[in-house]
Order: sequence, then C-alpha cells, then structure tokens
Amino acid sequence: MTAAATKIIQPLPLNFTNTTPRSPDKALFHPLKTTPSSSFPASTHKLRLTKPNSTLARRRSTAVFAVSDVVQEKKPKSNTFHPNLLITKEEGLELYEDMILGRSFEDMCAQMYYRGKMFGFVHLYNGQEAVSTGFIKLLKNEDCIVSTYRDHVHALSKGVPARAVMSELFGKTTGCCRGQGGSMHMFSKEHNVLGGFAFIGEGIPVATGAAFTSKYRREVLKEGDCDHVTLAFFGDGTCNNGQFFECLNMAALWKLPIVFVVENNLWAIGMSHLRATSDPEIWKKGPAFGMPGVHVDGMDVLKVREVAKEAINRARRGEGPTLVECETYRFRGHSLADPDELRDPSEKAHYAARDPITALKKYMVENNLVSEAELKAIEKKIDEVVEEAVEFADISPHPGRSQLLENVFADPRGFGIGPDGKYRCEDPKFTEGTAHV
Amino acid sequence: MTVVFLGIGATAALTSANSFDSKKLHISSRRLVSETKSTFFVVRSDGRLNSGSNRRAQILITNAVATKADSSPATKPGHELLLFEALREGLEEEMERDARVCVMGEDVGHYGGSYKVTKDLANKYGDLRVLDTPIAENSFTGMAIGAAMTGLRPIIEGMNMGFLLLAFNQISNNCGMLHYTSGGQFTIPVVIRGPGGVGRQLGAEHSQRLESYFQSIPGIQMVACSTPYNAKGLMKAAIRSENPVILFEHVLLYNLKERIPDEEYVLNLEEAEMVRPGEHITILTYSRMRYHVMQAAKTLVNKGYDPEVIDIRSLKPFDLHTIGNSVKKTHRVLIVEECMRTGGIGASLTAAINENFHDYLDAPVVCLSSQDVPTPYAGTLEEWTVVQPAQIVTAVEQLCH
Repeated sequence: MTAAATKIIQPLPLNFTNTTPRSPDKALFHPLKTTPSSSFPASTHKLRLTKPNSTLARRRSTAVFAVSDVVQEKKPKSNTFHPNLLITKEEGLELYEDMILGRSFEDMCAQMYYRGKMFGFVHLYNGQEAVSTGFIKLLKNEDCIVSTYRDHVHALSKGVPARAVMSELFGKTTGCCRGQGGSMHMFSKEHNVLGGFAFIGEGIPVATGAAFTSKYRREVLKEGDCDHVTLAFFGDGTCNNGQFFECLNMAALWKLPIVFVVENNLWAIGMSHLRATSDPEIWKKGPAFGMPGVHVDGMDVLKVREVAKEAINRARRGEGPTLVECETYRFRGHSLADPDELRDPSEKAHYAARDPITALKKYMVENNLVSEAELKAIEKKIDEVVEEAVEFADISPHPGRSQLLENVFADPRGFGIGPDGKYRCEDPKFTEGTAHV
Repeated sequence: MTVVFLGIGATAALTSANSFDSKKLHISSRRLVSETKSTFFVVRSDGRLNSGSNRRAQILITNAVATKADSSPATKPGHELLLFEALREGLEEEMERDARVCVMGEDVGHYGGSYKVTKDLANKYGDLRVLDTPIAENSFTGMAIGAAMTGLRPIIEGMNMGFLLLAFNQISNNCGMLHYTSGGQFTIPVVIRGPGGVGRQLGAEHSQRLESYFQSIPGIQMVACSTPYNAKGLMKAAIRSENPVILFEHVLLYNLKERIPDEEYVLNLEEAEMVRPGEHITILTYSRMRYHVMQAAKTLVNKGYDPEVIDIRSLKPFDLHTIGNSVKKTHRVLIVEECMRTGGIGASLTAAINENFHDYLDAPVVCLSSQDVPTPYAGTLEEWTVVQPAQIVTAVEQLCH
C-alpha cells in the first residue's frame, strides 16, 4: 500500500495565471474572471445582490479561483446539424422531459397535500430543476446521490419511478421506502439514492462515505475500473454547518470522488443567506480546503451541465472533489407550511423570469433543435405519468400492522432473547407487529 | 451438583460445586432455527457433548475468572493475552477474513490506537483500510455509515467513548434509523467501539458512560465486554452482525490477562454470561463492575452467602432468558452498574425485570449505580461516585436477611 493517502495534499494556489494543467478540452475552472457573452438565454454569473446595503456581498476577493466561463471556450460535441450547440436533440429532449417531470410532480404534490393525501413537512423543488437535471442526468446508475429533505426531484432524476415516489408520499407500502420514510427520506438501493435526510448537513458525511467506498474498491479491493462518483446536494444554510466543512476537508484530503453541489437559493426557511453568512460566496470555500470552487448560474440547465461534466469527470479521473455553487431559487416557500412572507416580490419576479424550463424551451426552439409540438408531446406524456402515479398511489394499500417491526433491524435477532429462551423475533407476534419491543 | 437447563434443546450449563472461581463451563451460543454461522456447541444436561447443526466447535471451553490459572484437563492449551490484544486479535482475524472490513478513527493507523487495539494493523493492511481520520467525529461516523450503506463494513473507533457524543446525530439518525426509514433497503453493518467508563482520575469528560444515552436509539445493539475471552468473541460477533453494534470497552480493563482458546470462536451478541452460579441472590452487572462484584462475592461467600453473578454483556437487548431463569431461582435481584443512576442501564433493567418476572420476586429489585455526579478529578471523590465492593456486600446482606 503506498503512502499516497498520507501525503499532505497541497492546496491549490489561489492566484495563479494560465499555467494550470489543462484537461484536453481546456480546463473548465479558470482563475480568470471574464464577462461572458454567452448565447444562452439566462443572464450573467455575477453574484446577485438583493439588498443594496449588503456590502458583504460586494466584497470581491482577488483570489478568484473559478468562475464558469467555459461556455465560450469549451468545444461542443460534434453535432452535424447544429455545430455550435452544447446539446444534441436527444439530450435536449431528455433534459426537458426530466425538468418537466420534476415541475409537474411537485405541482401535483402541492395539490395532493392540500387535499389531505400527504402530511407532514413537504419541501418542493420548483425553480431548481436545472440543478437536479443538469447534474444527475450525467450519472451512471452506479453513481450515488445524497440529498436533503428537498429530495423528490433528485430521486426522480436518478430514475426512481414517479409512482414509487408518490406512493411513498402517500405513505403506502408500495412507496420506495415502504411508506416508512416519507417526503424527506427518499431512498433507493436500485438507483443508488442514498437519501433523503431531514437534518441539514447530515447527508454530506454519508455521501463522503459512499465516495470513500468507491476509492476503497479501487485501491483496496483492486476493482480497478470502479470509478463511481457521488454527488451531495445541499443548500446555502448547510454551508454554515460543521459537517459541511469537516467533509470538505476529508474529501480533499483523500481525494474522494465526490462533487459537493450547493443549491444556493438564498433562503434557509426565513433566514436570508446574507444574514447568516460572513462571506456569502460559497464557492470560495472550496479552495480553502484544497479543491476547486465553481460558481454557476443554476437557473440555466446547460451551464450547470457543462460545469457538472467537468466536476464529475474530475472525480472519475481520481483528481478529487469539487465544490459547485449553483445560484438558484425556489419559487415556492420552504415547505408547504411556509407562508413565504419574507421574500421580496421583486426578487421572486426576477427569478420567475429566469425559469429554467422556459429558458431551455426557448433555447431549443430558437436553435431549431426541436419543434413546439415535440415539447408539447413531452408535457402531455409527463402529465399522464404523474396522473398515473397518483392513481397508483391512491389504490395502493396502507402498511399493515405486520410491517411495524420488520425493518428495525437488518438481523432481527437484535430484538433479543425472550424469557422463554427463544429469540423474540421468532414470536409470531413479531410478524404480526403486535409485540411490544 | 445442580444443573440448570436453559431453554428447549439449546444449551445447558453445568455448575461446579462450591468455589466460585474454579473452572466453569462456558455457555455456548444459542441456536436460532435458521441461523448457521456462529461457532457453538451444545452441552446436554448429562454432561455429554453434542454438536449442533453447525459442526465447528466440538470442544469444551472453560472460562476462568481473569487472573486465576485454569487447570482443567479438558482445555486445549490456548494462549495468554491482555484484553486489548484480544480485541486486536479478533479485529485482525475479521479483517483477514473479509476484505471489506476496515477501521476508521483518530490515531488508529500510524499510532496504533490510543489503547493499542489497532497496533500494527496499518502496516499490514494499509492506510486506507486502517484510516487515520481528522478530528471530526460526527463526520467520520457519518462517513463510515455511508461506506456501510455502499458495501463496506467499517469499525468506528471513538478514542474515548465520550467523544462519540459529537457523533450522536449520526449514530441516532443514521446508524439506528436509516435501515428503517429506507424501508429495509440499506443495511448499516458498522461497529462503533471505544473505551468508556470511569478511569483513574481522568476527569469528568473522559469518564462518561454513554450506554445510558444510546440505549433508547432504536435499531442499534449494545454490548459491553469485560474479559479478554468475551472481548474477542464480541468483537468478532459485532463485526459479523448486519446490525449496527456499539461495543463498550472500559479504560481500566485493557490490561486484564487471560488464557483464551487458540481456535476461532464467536460469541453471541444477545446472550448474557453466567459468571458464578449461586442460589441466594442474582447479581446482574457488566463491564468493570463485574470485578467489583466478584470481589464482593469473595467476602459474601465467606459470610455464608451464595450469590449468582451474571455479566449481562448485552446491554441492548437484555438476555431475558438467562436473567429470568436466575430470578426464578433466587427470587432476589441486585443490579450493580457503573452507569448513572438516572436513566441508566440499571433503570431499564429494573423495569424489564419488574415487567417480566414480577411474580418471582421476593423483594424489590435493588440497583446500585454511580452517583448522578460529573466524575470528579480528586481520587477520593471519584471513588465515592462509583459503586464499591463494600456497598455491594451491604446491599446483598440487606436483600437477603
């Protein structure tokens, strides 16, 4: 075993010029800041300032490590009909469909919640679809994702069927977690969705562990071709939490194949990011731990996708983690119980105008990649999928009593030995669910 | 010579005549109908050996109290070692057996573990398999959990159990509950281990007993080792278990010496250990207090009492069978623990005994625990926070008068 893991990894220098080693396609992460003149519908990368007196946000650091300007420089895939575009038609349709699925599903959730079909805390993802689609559609099935309580769309993008997610939300036994998890705990072993966590920051170490397994399999178990990557999604509020920093350190230290994706939607329930954070530019925290930090417009799925490609490939090549800050916005309140009174209507309008779905649609239509009719067909198809998911969830059975004790332990001998000398799990009351544990 | 027949077809224990610290037969693992893996043997009440469905162990293992020389002619030679070495042996055997077993913790690698439980393992298995982590308990515990979900079998070492308070979030929410909230999709086969308990003037924060805090977490198992023999056996069992297991070691017990068998053995996580069979009173204990109890037992025997001492070993769940049979025999229970009085293991055990065996009790269950006091540094004060043998003797005398 080499001592590689114990070498101190030097943090990347902050103020270097164009001497960085470049990947064949030109490095995504440039130390320079150039104003983009992109042909994309979404606007610039400048960190938005919602309050005029937020001098904090105005602070510019000379140590700009990475801003994604790659759009101009990166060579697009060869595309015979549309040589200058970043996506092919098939890719465009895939992205569109995924985002429409996310949006329709969440809208349906809101309806179902107000009709009393689901309860508790439900956090909807409307407006942030570009991040989920932009990243997750680049993954293989074996790659893992970890999310927070705002996890419905991450699960859908990763491939968990809409009916399984809807059933889970209805608390039915056909749900992806047998109804035992709920809105905030979406898990899927088949699709490598490692949760769904209610406490913020809690999932980041779990994601780090999944990345550790990937490295372990390659280096200890000698599965040389194991290049599985893990994505950890979390918000701006989480970036002030210890687990975030501890995991940035460990991931960079051991060069784990992980991408930390910050969905900075500026609000943690009612706490503005600017009121909670001493230095609100989250991407800058990456270089402090020795990994690239990138800021990208999270309302533009194509930009997110380009950044994601590079970050994921970096991880696959074994070069270590990346911190990607996606500037995004949630159109709805924090949860369905949130009256959402604190946010400025003009801020909401500003981002509503940058709806990622409208933006992608406009891009594809203007560049003659697809026709309006094809997009309409997708929307109709998704409507049917979501309707079907609701029907499926409606007719699915509620969990029976016998399900109560089944999954407490993987090995049910953990319930112990009863007074009669037999393992308590052998008691028929256990399978019935009526035993007291 | 009395014979206690425990359970249907599973095991029987032969008790020796008079002296409490002469050779004892060790009770084998219990057999579950569908279970095939653990090493075990069945001892019938007439003394004949009968192997169970798993034909691995055919020998009689006698278990002496730690310092006593063992002179049974039926014992294989075995080898002598200290408790921390027994833990290491168990760990190493499991790492050899399964390449997915790895260790994570502070100073477990190059330093060899602050109590030398992982000594030289990093040289043998490499820096990734015996991972020196930064000082970030919550995160590396979470990392181990993520690794367990994706196929590895990590062992998390808390340099001192008390440090795992920082990992409570991950232990409670993810370790304990994740198997359930994922609908059974992900298993978390982690072992969380480390030294805890009151040491020699280590101060309040290094003298904590976390078993009381963790016991309510659903989905985890807790065991406490007390001898080199059960330390190795429980370590191996914990690593092989699909459930998350917390293995409590004690700072003061690491240098206990005992002769343990050469052949491989795995103990049962859910079983208690009969230390000294008796007739008059059942004394339930675990970890270091076992030794205070045995010391008190010497005095008690001289005074004419016959205490039955059981090391409960499994703190969660309780082995209600061994405990129940004892209660049914003696009708009196004394619990001696190092945990705090409030909400400790003893409190739960008292409730469990009252609930299940109330009809068999001739007297209320008495529980001797540590005082609800932050462990003081001063030696005299520290001594008074923990249960001492004299108190045990007094309690037995009161219960048995």
